Formats: sequence, structure tokens, C-alpha cells
Amino acid sequence: MSDTQRDGTDAEGASLTSEEGYEPRDVFGTTTEMDLRSGADNCTKVGTCDAECPVAEVNDDFPGPQFQGPEQWRLSSKGDVEIDDSITECSNCLQCDSGCPSGVPFSEMHNTARAKYVLEEQSLSIKKIRNRILANYRTSAWLASKLPRTANFFMNNGAVRWVMEKTMKIPSEREFPEFATQTFREWWRERGGAQVQSEEKRVAYFHGCYSNYNTTEVAKAMVRVYESLGYEIVVPKQKCSGTPMFANGRVDDARRHAKVNVEHLGDAIEAGYDVIATCSSCSLALRQEYPDLFDLDGIDELAAHTYDAMEYLRVHEDLESELAGAQAEDFPDVAYHAPCHSRNQGLGRQAVELFEDVEGVTVTDVGDSCSGISGTYGWKEEKYETSMEIGEEMFEHMEDADAEHGMTECPTCSMQMEHGTGYEISHPMQLLERVLT
Amino acid sequence: MLVIGGGIAGLSSALSAAQAGADVRLVSEAETTLHHASGLLDVLGYPPNADVDGPVVDPFDAIGELPETHPYAIVGEQAVRDGLAMIDDVLGEAYHGSHTDANALVPTHGGTVKPTARYPTSVAAGLASDDRELLLVDFERLTGFDAGVAAEHLEAAGIPAETNAATVEFPIVVRDDAKVTRYAHLLDENPTVTVDGREQRVRTALADAIEPHLGEAERVGFPAVLGVDHPAEIRNELEDRLGAAVFEVPMGPPSILGGRLEDRLYAALDDAGGEIEAGGGPIVDFDADDGTISEIYMDRSGSRIPYAAEQYVLATGDVAGGGIDADRAGVTEPIFGCDVPHPEDRYEWFEGEAFGDHAFAEFGVVVDDALRPVGAEGDPEFPNLRAAGAVIGGYDYPAEKSASGVSIATGYAAGRRAAKEV
Repeated sequence: MSDTQRDGTDAEGASLTSEEGYEPRDVFGTTTEMDLRSGADNCTKVGTCDAECPVAEVNDDFPGPQFQGPEQWRLSSKGDVEIDDSITECSNCLQCDSGCPSGVPFSEMHNTARAKYVLEEQSLSIKKIRNRILANYRTSAWLASKLPRTANFFMNNGAVRWVMEKTMKIPSEREFPEFATQTFREWWRERGGAQVQSEEKRVAYFHGCYSNYNTTEVAKAMVRVYESLGYEIVVPKQKCSGTPMFANGRVDDARRHAKVNVEHLGDAIEAGYDVIATCSSCSLALRQEYPDLFDLDGIDELAAHTYDAMEYLRVHEDLESELAGAQAEDFPDVAYHAPCHSRNQGLGRQAVELFEDVEGVTVTDVGDSCSGISGTYGWKEEKYETSMEIGEEMFEHMEDADAEHGMTECPTCSMQMEHGTGYEISHPMQLLERVLT
Repeated sequence: MLVIGGGIAGLSSALSAAQAGADVRLVSEAETTLHHASGLLDVLGYPPNADVDGPVVDPFDAIGELPETHPYAIVGEQAVRDGLAMIDDVLGEAYHGSHTDANALVPTHGGTVKPTARYPTSVAAGLASDDRELLLVDFERLTGFDAGVAAEHLEAAGIPAETNAATVEFPIVVRDDAKVTRYAHLLDENPTVTVDGREQRVRTALADAIEPHLGEAERVGFPAVLGVDHPAEIRNELEDRLGAAVFEVPMGPPSILGGRLEDRLYAALDDAGGEIEAGGGPIVDFDADDGTISEIYMDRSGSRIPYAAEQYVLATGDVAGGGIDADRAGVTEPIFGCDVPHPEDRYEWFEGEAFGDHAFAEFGVVVDDALRPVGAEGDPEFPNLRAAGAVIGGYDYPAEKSASGVSIATGYAAGRRAAKEV
């Protein structure tokens, strides 16, 4: 939540001051939802954001988050300066957000500036069209899921890939994720939905696009873990969380999808369910980007009731005692990468902590570097090199770790980890499934 | 046991409790607290509220003279020594200063000299008391350090060494306002560059660029950007190539020296078995059971995440750090509502002069001998809550240069005491 909103709704503070007989004078006019002035004013220019930025680290032409956020806001808010096209170089990892000591709402500022650039200023081009297609991954995935085997064959066919690089500027080095022959939702329907009923323990699963169309084993692992602990699960109607859309400036598309999500997840919350997500970018979008960017009924309620799937269990179950001394049979040792969007939620160490006392498996943290793929970022031909250069540190640390298997919560970090090291990558929920069920 | 705050006070509390065998978790609102710190660890640089000019020579001698409300007087000299010993042990070879009680005089990026008790090994060759001739070097496009200005200031301060300055091009052209981390990583990676048609490693090329300016200098001071991962290796290589001692000059934020200190302290806490949760959000509320704190709540993007422990340490900092709130209505400690004494009239909170003896500089909670915050009547607010670092009032750390020392000493003492109770 930005300070803009906090200041605007500080009812307690206002009543305190009025008791003292002091009447605040509004110097800057009424703050509206998108007025980022107080966010820009918070910036004291210490530059931690630029020092933390993985793109600025490898790309000298990128002016860095301090410019993209507060400085650009000041320049463009006067109306006579256009958004600089370097905004598209930002990968939306949000390390600037976590690094800032003054609470500058970088994600809100970047998303707003990027949307303004893409929707109002950027001229139509192949790249712009490609970005919209990438942003709307859900649509492509939905199409592919209709004929998954054909899609898998064609998407990784050399000739097709060459054509895609030439026409769509999709780097031919990347391997397309495999589409599941049965989506998670199809599996869920086929098994007859929830197998456990409970009045007290109820969660609504936000699977997002990736664990529905691609890594359905992550979603199934979540179901088995939660049901083994006595939770009733519902899988409400949902669309894309909006993460790839924010990153590509398509706030218009994101808003449409958010409306559906807020409505259906909101219904579940009203019926006593908390929302959980296995993808760190999905949970971040629902908790942080939604209330920052959209003014929809129930959006704060949704943020307050959304959790990462592992975080939720740690709050509500005594997982530590369950796992102490437990056995992870035949699970390989893993090099674990904490996604930027997990670290943004303060969850970067939970997997390492959680599995510390489990017998038979070692989870090694590979440090706080960014994987570099940042969702759709590394899927653009012109960003591929940057993406791999950012990822270099993580690849090295993974190879140094005593493991030949990787682990992370983020689906695209997982693609990058596999791409850079050739390791197979799991989700912590899959290890939890192995230990608990 | 739960420690709230990820600065030096929080880290010292958590480390001391973990070493004493307690099950500790540290929660910190931000991920990068110490990136804003100089990396120097001071104990007492100047006497508080005294008319004596000049820095304190021996801070331990001065502790006895402090008013009884000063945090050092509350924990006692031995706790200051024990806390520092704990930190010395953790930092090992990476830090200097434990060989003496006396303050070292460290030149900083503006050319001022800071009295400090502990300093990174990488700044050791730069001490202002050393009479070997020195050369300060800055890079053409690096903001935040001007070698010429710093050298003039040092000369004006009357340091015994002859001091010169030079500006060189960093061998790889980086953007105009590139951050210190960019330089540091380039020196870590040491890639090949082409200089005047010759292929060279960055470190070699940098040494070559400095060589013509060296003159008779026996030591060369760089802005503190000499590597994040391999500082000792980089320094050794530059020393070999230059035939002179090499040192780093501490800089403002974002600070590489602060970052290195942070990495070491967090790694030590991790090794001691402490659990760390940084960047999740602020602690905003608590529940009490019969006057004892039973749970605290983190606001993680709108969701309330509960944390329960038997003992709590409040290490959230002062007004600048967010541990104390001051507004027109008054001054408060926002999480537990602990009493923060302050003049009723807001105009008594500060003086007219910028560097005057401001009352606000000493705002903070009042603690008893066991470091428990007390109410207006002098009784502990909660039996299981202790405070450490700048959230404690009664001293003016920017004026007396005692921020790290008070954090370490009170953190150490609070951690040990809390560990005894769990």
C-alpha cells in the first residue's frame, strides 16, 4: 500500500490532531488514488534502489529505478515530458521496492509510468504486439491446452522457433514450457473436486496460469498437502493474476482480469475461505499490486486474505514440529533460489528454514541474486542477453551448491534455472508433499 | 524469543540470545538496513553535552563520567566490553581496533575524521594518525567522493601526513551516475578491457591509471568500492601493483562497507541458529495476556501475520529509523505504546540552531536496569519486553558518535537477559 493511500485514510491521526484544536491545511489539493506526489517526495536520493537494481547492474544504458520512479514522475506529471522508453527495460523484479528505506512506492510508480508509455505513447510495432501476446500468456496457454501434444511438438520445433525469432522476436535459445495433457482444473473436476470438507479450515486456491496449464504437479501437490492437513479446498473461477500484464504496461488487460478475480475470490472470502497461491508473483499481485493500482470493491479485503501457500500453513499449522526429523525419501538435494517476488513478501527464507530439520534432503540457499528472467522479460529477443547476464550469478551459485536439482516458487525463475543449469526444478510444495503424505 | 528490528541493535540482541541457547527469530521490516551505515563501529566519539572540544581518546574512560540515564551507564562498562567482544569474535580478521581501548581516527569521504572503536581492515591503512604520505583517488564519474576536497579537508584538519589527490578514469566506461555496487562488481569480476589497444584486466588497468600520480605516496585511498565478494583479494592485488598500502574511504549510502558488515552479521546469526525474516512488513500490533505480551502482528501487504514468543526485544530505532513516531499530537512508541517522555510544548522539542542541543535527539523509551521499557511511574510496561539501540532515549548519538556501541551493548545485554528467561 502506498503512503499516498495511508495518508489519505489516516482517520486516527486526524481525530487526534483535531482534539488539539489544530486544523490541517491541505497544501497540495485532495490526494486522489493515483496521485504519487507523496511517494515521490519520500525519496531522499540515497540510491539504494539503483544499487539493488539487477538491470542497472548489467546495463549501463538503463537509468535505474530512482529515475524510473520519483524523478520521472516529477518530469512527466507536468505534462510536457513523455515517459522515457527505458521504462520497458525495467523487469519489474521490485528489488527497488524492498531496498528503499523511505517507502517510495516503486512498483506503483513503475507500473503507472509503463502503462502510460505503452497505452498512450508507444507506437505500434511487432514488439508491441509480441509484448501483448506475452502479457496475455493465459490466452495462448488456453489455446495450447486444447491440443497440448501438438502445441508441445510445434513450439519446440526448430523451424517454428526460427520463424518465431524472426517474426515475433522471441529468442530461439529459449525452450517453450511443456503444456500438460490434462489441465489442473480438468483434473480437479475429474476427481470430483474437494475430497475433504471442513467448516473451520477452508482455502480457496488461486492456481494462476502456470500450474493450471503447465506444472499441474505443483497444484496437485498443494491439494494433497492441504487435504492431508484437513483443509477444504475450493478452486474459484479465475483469470490471470495480471503479473505479466503489469510488466508489459497492459494495465488495461490486467484490470479486466482483476475484476473477475476480485469478484470470485471475494465470494469465497465471504464464505469463510482464505485465498492461497503457489506462485509468488500471483500472491504478490493479489496482495500488493491490486490495491496499489485498482479501485475495485473488495480489493483490500482480497489483499488482507491472500497468502502464499507455504506461509499460510506456517501461520495455521505447527509445521516445524511435523517436519522435525521427518523423512524425505528419495528426494534429491536441491539448490534453492528465492524469487524476487517472494523476497518482496519477506518469504525468501521460509523454504530453507522449513526443511532444515527434515532428514534425507539438504536445501541450499543460492543467495539473493535475481534469476534475470522476470516473467516475460527474458522471453524477448532484445532482452535475452541482459536476462542471462543477470542470471549468471545465480547459475554459478547453483553449480557451486552441493546439489544437481533446483527449487523455487516462481514458474519463470524455474524456467531460467533449468535453462541456465540444465537441472530439473521443483516447487517447495512438492517436497512438502513428499514429506507429509 | 522474537527480536523486532534488523539493524545492529537487533542483530546484536538476536546473536547474543542465540549464542546463549535461546530459540530466536529476528523480524525486520526492510531487507537492507545496514546499506545505509558507514560500516564503522563507534563506541563514544565525543563527550555528551560537554564543553570539552575534540574527540574522546578512550571511550571506556569516559563511560564512568556519563549521566546515569545514559544507556552505557544503565548496562555498565562490562556489558559494553562483552558486547564488543561478541562482535569482534564474529567479525574476526575483517575488522580492526580490538587491540586497544583508544579510539582510532578514520578519514571519511568528506575529509572529516571520525573517532571510532572498530573499523574494517580495509580502512586500516588510512588512519589519520599515520604519518606516511598518502594519495586519495577518485573516479571521473563516481559521485559521492571528491578526492581533492577530502584531501584539502584532511590537510586543514592538520593530519601529520602529506596528502595528495588524483582523479582517474575507471577502466570501463560506466554511466555517469553509476552506483558503487556497479564498480564493486566490476572489480570482483575483473573482466578484460582494452586500454590504449592493450588487453588488460580491470584491476591491472586501474592500477596503471593511478601509477603516474603515485609520487612518493606510501598509501593510496580509494572510495569504498573495492569489491563485495573479494575485497581482500582486490586490495592485495592493487597493493602489489602499486607498491603501496591500499585503503578504502568509508562513503555515504548505499554503502559497500555497510553491506559487507550486514552480510557478516546475518551470516553469524544464521550460523548461531537464529531465524531471520527480512522485508515482510512492519510489526503493527500486539496482544497481551494479563499484562504480558502474548503475540505480535506483522502487516504483510494488508494481512495480519501473528508471531508468538515468550520474550520480545524492541530494536526498531529512533525517530529517523521509524521506532519512535513524532507528530503534532505528541511522541509515541508505535507498536506497544511505551511511554516516551517529551515536553508538552512542541516548540521545546528543538533549538533554533541546526546543530543545537535538540531535545528530540534524545527522544526514546526509558528503560530499567533490565532494559525493560518503563511507564511514567517507573514500572515496566511489560515483563517480557526489552529495548535495545536507538529506540532507547536519553542520549544523542549523532552528536556523541555512539550509535553502534549503544546498539551492540544494549543489544548484547537485552539478548542475554531475555535468553535467561526462556
